[in-house]
Amino acid sequence: MLTRREALLGSVLTAAAVATIGSAPVAAAAKDVAGLPREKATLVAPPFVHAHDQVAKGGPKVVEFTMTIEEKPMVVDADGTQLNAMTYNGSIPGPLMVVHEGDYLELTLINPDTNSLAHNIDFHAATGALGGGGLTLINPGEQVTLRFKATRTGTFVYHCAPGGAMIPWHVVSGMSGGVMVLPRDGLKDEKGKPVRYDRIYYIGENDFYIPRDEQGKFKKYDSAGDNYDDTVKVMRGLIPTHVVFNGKAGSLTGENAMKAKVGETVLIVHSQANRDTRPHLIGGHGDFVWEGGKFANPPAKDMETWFIRGGSAGAALYTFRQPGIYAYVNHNLIEAVELGATAHFTVDGTWNDDLMMQVEAPKAITS
Amino acid sequence: MSFDPVFTFGTIAAAALIGLGVSRAIDDMSSQPGSPIAASELVTLKPGSFNHPQPGEFLKDNRPAPAPVLIETIDAPLEIMKFQVSASDYDRCVSDGACKPADSRHAGNVPATGVSFIDAQAYASWLSARTGETWRLPTDPEWAFAAGERFRADIEGGEGDPSDPARRWLTRYRNEVALGRKPDPEPRPPGSFGLNSRGVADIAGNVWEWTSTCYAHATMSSDGTVSSIANCGVHAVEGFHRTYMSNFIRDGKSGGCAVGTPPDNLGFRLVRERGGLLRAVLRRLGIT
Repeated sequence: MLTRREALLGSVLTAAAVATIGSAPVAAAAKDVAGLPREKATLVAPPFVHAHDQVAKGGPKVVEFTMTIEEKPMVVDADGTQLNAMTYNGSIPGPLMVVHEGDYLELTLINPDTNSLAHNIDFHAATGALGGGGLTLINPGEQVTLRFKATRTGTFVYHCAPGGAMIPWHVVSGMSGGVMVLPRDGLKDEKGKPVRYDRIYYIGENDFYIPRDEQGKFKKYDSAGDNYDDTVKVMRGLIPTHVVFNGKAGSLTGENAMKAKVGETVLIVHSQANRDTRPHLIGGHGDFVWEGGKFANPPAKDMETWFIRGGSAGAALYTFRQPGIYAYVNHNLIEAVELGATAHFTVDGTWNDDLMMQVEAPKAITS
Repeated sequence: MSFDPVFTFGTIAAAALIGLGVSRAIDDMSSQPGSPIAASELVTLKPGSFNHPQPGEFLKDNRPAPAPVLIETIDAPLEIMKFQVSASDYDRCVSDGACKPADSRHAGNVPATGVSFIDAQAYASWLSARTGETWRLPTDPEWAFAAGERFRADIEGGEGDPSDPARRWLTRYRNEVALGRKPDPEPRPPGSFGLNSRGVADIAGNVWEWTSTCYAHATMSSDGTVSSIANCGVHAVEGFHRTYMSNFIRDGKSGGCAVGTPPDNLGFRLVRERGGLLRAVLRRLGIT
């Protein structure tokens, strides 16, 4: 009788034999990648996403991206509170990069000499070298190029991780963003049937920890380095002063509210590099939700609120059925209303009385 | 009611002064328990009539309708503070123990901000007691009258569409966005936003002002009558636009479900009741 150990050993030997006999190498060497077609993607600032195919055309390719790191003060609320921000490509969050499974994502990361700190990038979508962090640490005045193979589909976080105490500080200063690796044949529902989106929005959620003075007023610092000691003290309390979408309270409302039409299907990618969150679309749902963000798993259906673990990105697909104003919030409502995590959708279209109607308007109570 | 030295001094002083026909000396005489109160600069508006979009939410034929515009008449001269109550004036009320400290880090020669309707009422009572005059918040029509050309009513979504309630929401949202107002949170010294045509300062700057008008749901019937249910836990606040706030709110900023322009700051100015001095004295003396 075959023991479990023998069975395992046997299968390993068989696999090894196949590998030896088979012509395809297990891993592609750099020279094989050199033969692949290359494509340059032009990144756009969130909540928008660069042009991309939902279903891959042709075989694997190398998709080239360039991001410049910018350290600069940014205002994070209506009171003018200033964060000494560290950003990928000038925005919080950094842009969403989209490739297909089997593609190679090749990033050139630039740290201009106008910056004062060393930075790098840890891709949760990548395998090895601390997500690439171990191969990308650059000082001001340097640039580096990293390539990794997109072996797993899904939405993933990337963030700065320059070692030790620098890691959380850089992340809560704004250095995170997202990668989406689509299946080559596009997204599928729980039965394997294709699903497509008409629009995509990328929402990066950030928690900020801005120190206050003796009067309780938020402090301003000349540079990132000046705020480090004070900021770490606030960070250790684990209570953020701000929880915002797109880098600022109110950045996705009013004239910057996201748009959709009744009947349109919208994919909302939501990342949080540091802290748990729970997105909710007020008056709508998540028709198909990849809470963990990984498309090899069937999506959950008909979600009211979904959970994004700190350090991950999730994706929710929704077809709008009713016109109006929708608020998209972190449904810890204190964080949504008091700390800033609220966005809006304006949705045009025709109202559906069957789904909802006010049968009788407010009036005096009739006994 | 407990014995109130501030009030007692004020009443006696005022009663004596009325007899003497002196009114400007009140501040000094009534201020013994606390610091002197600077006389507020007032603007006196002549009576008049004007068209005024009514405050509240309106229903017609069972659906939302724009606020009806009615002719309002101010039938006696209206004495209103030229400037909003300043932080330093408000602090005197705090020092006297009659007002709660404001939720604002701004002190001195800027408008009092971070104050609720309840705080504004407390200040009016305190000032009335200290001066022997009757000070109160303006009503919504009074405020609009004083605001003149700078008055803006609620941001409207227009006529309700019975088959599509969302149209009105979207219209209102876009109307508000089109106004393009950016947050402007830092209170500025009195006069920074200039005078309106009536000589009233800082109307529709970055401080919204409490009024004594309650929020209401009103139903208009075809014969023109209006029946309404008021909620006096919520009052109209006025500034760049008219909106409504719960009485205890001191910071009008919020996000969440609410869409729209939140007030940068909440403050107030008061009107002085004409003949109020005499009336207040008589009332306190038990003569009505």
